[in-house]
Amino acid sequence: MASKYSNLTFKGYRRENGRVGVRNHVVILPVDDISNAACEAVANNIKGTMALPHAYGRLQFGADLDLHFRTMIGTGANPNVAAVVVIGIEPGWTKRIVDGIAETGKPVAGFSIEQNGDLKTIMDASHKAKEFVHYATELQREECSISELWVSTKCGESDTTTGLGSCPTVGNMYDKLLPEGIYGCFGETSEITGAEHIAKARAINPELGERWYKMWKAYQDEVIEANKVDDLSESQPTKGNIEGGLTTIEEKALGNLEKIGRTSRYIDILEPAETPKSGKGLYFMDSSSAAAECVTLMAAGGYVIHTFPTGQGNVIGNPIVPVIKISANPRTVRTMGEHVDVDVSGILRREMTIDQAGDALIENIVRTANGRHTAAEALGHREFVMTKLYRSA
Amino acid sequence: MSVPQLLVHERRDNVGVVVVEGLKAGTEMTCVVTADNSSFTLKVIDDVPIGHKVALTDLKAGDTAIKYGEDIGRIVADVAKGGHVHVHNLKTKRW
Repeated sequence: MASKYSNLTFKGYRRENGRVGVRNHVVILPVDDISNAACEAVANNIKGTMALPHAYGRLQFGADLDLHFRTMIGTGANPNVAAVVVIGIEPGWTKRIVDGIAETGKPVAGFSIEQNGDLKTIMDASHKAKEFVHYATELQREECSISELWVSTKCGESDTTTGLGSCPTVGNMYDKLLPEGIYGCFGETSEITGAEHIAKARAINPELGERWYKMWKAYQDEVIEANKVDDLSESQPTKGNIEGGLTTIEEKALGNLEKIGRTSRYIDILEPAETPKSGKGLYFMDSSSAAAECVTLMAAGGYVIHTFPTGQGNVIGNPIVPVIKISANPRTVRTMGEHVDVDVSGILRREMTIDQAGDALIENIVRTANGRHTAAEALGHREFVMTKLYRSA
Repeated sequence: MSVPQLLVHERRDNVGVVVVEGLKAGTEMTCVVTADNSSFTLKVIDDVPIGHKVALTDLKAGDTAIKYGEDIGRIVADVAKGGHVHVHNLKTKRW
């Protein structure tokens, strides 16, 4: 049934594989930590490109290596990226990432440093990067239906106002836009603790709820119970959460889950950085609750806009995905307003309803999709952080 | 209605959240339950920062704190109605 949101459109970049992006980056992607310097040199040479330095990519194995490749390939494949130059120390893993990204049909080229040295690699890669900038800057935005948006969410530096205001605002947005056909994503496995009975019940069917519960329980048993030295106070909830009035993980989790609204149900569970394969709808991604790690994973999963409720004022951004900050805390809006895209502090004063706040967020999502830079983009926040599952070999 | 100083998620909650800055002990707060928009008044007995919780009734060590209509942890030190509820008197039941 048509709603007042059905006719919403935005101007996006339609990619070779049909997906729609809201940004048009040319990325210089290092396969491994020791290729960061060459990537940064290329990005410095060729204006309009962006290097994504990171800390890993050597001697990883098993599931941890799979996650590394999934994150690298997913980042390059994200529709917000027009073209990619990949640089690695040796050609084998470099080619594996190039081939993965090439499946989208977008321009991608790989370069490796051994037997060339940094300087020749930088020169060759710079020529290709310049070609890609000419290509990308001739692409035009075209009108797209709201249903073609992929919008993820994760909250940070939460406090009690996030559960009262900014998280229900995101939930209201999902309740309105998921029926229009968007893809949604929430995660933060540890941060559902205390609300796991509610999360389990929000699966589309009981079998999926059971699968979700097993995944959540495995993290409790294999990571938290195996490694904890206390009740995790100051880690989960964080010191900032506690400063903001959150006392326990149960309280934080209940506020967190407000992000999936009243009616939305998740239709599948994603591995970290995995791309959804079950069609339109809401997904749960098994992920850390650390902001930069989580947003990086969701971006690698293919999400093009991230909605980020914050109470105390988390300043995170992402290099390829615009991160929209929503805050209901009047002190945060006053003292660090330059980080806040959608001010919903009126909810606490009972001057704004959750329905109105959801509409304000949807309006901001459309403007951001059209090209308006978020606060985090304007302030240069480009946190790109890989998730590491265990020590390298 | 005037701007509330305290918001409560559900009627069965026994703690609420201060939503104004600089709240002083002795203030007769306007409190609103967001689930049904009902309101009541309560005198706060501590200075409580914005975002922090206040007991809606006398709570005893061993009691369960209820917010969102759900269990958010165990009271570990008695707190009087109108008192500040935080890490000094409320602990997780997990981990």
